[in-house]
Amino acid sequence: MINKKVSSVQEALHDIKDGQTIMLGGFGLCGIPENSIAELVKMDVKDLTCISNNAGVDDFGLGLLLQKRQIKKMISSYVGENAEFERQMLSGELEVELTPQGTLAEKCRAAQAGIPAFFTPAGYGTEVAEGKEVREFNGKMHVMEEAYKADFAIVKAWKGDEAGNLIFKGTARNFNSCMAGAAKITIAEVEELVPAGTLDPNQIHIPGIFVKRIFQGEKYEKRIEQRTVRQRQ
Amino acid sequence: MALDKIGIAKRIAQELKDGYFVNLGIGIPTLVANYIPQGISVEFQSENGVLGMGPFPFEGEEDADVINAGKQTITTLAGASFFDSATSFGMIRGQHVDLTILGAMEVSENGNIANWKIPGKMVKGMGGAMDLVASAENIIVAMMHVNKAGESKILKECTLPLTGVKCVKKVVTELAVMEITPNGFKLLERAPGVTVEEIIKATEANLIIDGDIPEMKID
Repeated sequence: MINKKVSSVQEALHDIKDGQTIMLGGFGLCGIPENSIAELVKMDVKDLTCISNNAGVDDFGLGLLLQKRQIKKMISSYVGENAEFERQMLSGELEVELTPQGTLAEKCRAAQAGIPAFFTPAGYGTEVAEGKEVREFNGKMHVMEEAYKADFAIVKAWKGDEAGNLIFKGTARNFNSCMAGAAKITIAEVEELVPAGTLDPNQIHIPGIFVKRIFQGEKYEKRIEQRTVRQRQ
Repeated sequence: MALDKIGIAKRIAQELKDGYFVNLGIGIPTLVANYIPQGISVEFQSENGVLGMGPFPFEGEEDADVINAGKQTITTLAGASFFDSATSFGMIRGQHVDLTILGAMEVSENGNIANWKIPGKMVKGMGGAMDLVASAENIIVAMMHVNKAGESKILKECTLPLTGVKCVKKVVTELAVMEITPNGFKLLERAPGVTVEEIIKATEANLIIDGDIPEMKID
């Protein structure tokens, strides 16, 4: 067993530097690497390019990095819940690359799988396709999209073991699963880190080979963005 | 009387067929899940990674790890599954999802749709909408016929940045049900009490009107 465990978030993130490109898992606030984001704020690394489906909310998730102006460029599919983000974008302080969600996921997966580019129908005929190669397959037009190149991928899982194997819970799997192994170095933070041999190999969602460092997060707030309930009859 | 949002949702629900896998967008489309016709089984897909979505949880049973694409807490039904985002859009791009219902700011007579950006004013992003409209075989748009200023959103050509081209099949508004044919919008039904003249007046695009236009039947 190759041991991927590191003792702390500080050790896991120690070599992240100004100007680097980081993938961060999560959909909205669901499944975001909370401990790592908090550490990036403390480290005060700047001019980051962040690839993440969303940009958090004003006071949580990637919103915390935006508040401190640590992000130079954001690559996302939907950024609607963050007033500070909108302000920085409209004022030109923040560079933004909006990408269709399925394309964003596939650009991660392609990077993970060593596929340099792929064709998708998403965005054909829209401004997303501007400047990109288009080609017809089976009578339908497609846009060529390239795999992402990132320095770090930071993902969050429910359970993990020392070998770096990951298991996700519910819809918190989202982009975490696509980003693991999609960057030069993948860091996984988990709610529960167990010794190798504890998790059933049949139940592993992401094999440890895609993960370089793993640590157990200290506490998870797991904030709910839209709490919707029904009344008991 | 023009329909309210619930009326639009009820009319669209009549388009659901037994065995359909359906993706519902945010807003009016989400309401469609409340009016599934009796006697049929459909399964709802949410692009953040769940198939077999159920109703909202009871108070106290919310789980931060189980949400829909609108970031709302949800439950799952028997037979549900969770998956990653690439797999989710594989289902969509691979046309395993039978029907997509989504909102729009504008639709044009060749089936183009705009719903993600108002230059200089609103840029929230396209989310999964571009993937959905580019891939789905059957797309129904739920929208208001006119905007708050009274201007038609059913157009000859979209004025806003496009989400997808030549993809919308049917549009249901508070006034009408329209199909997009190779020759443009064809008026299929009118809202209860709304006249064909009123629909024409609210529509910037040309409308194909073939014979008597029946009223929608809404419970």
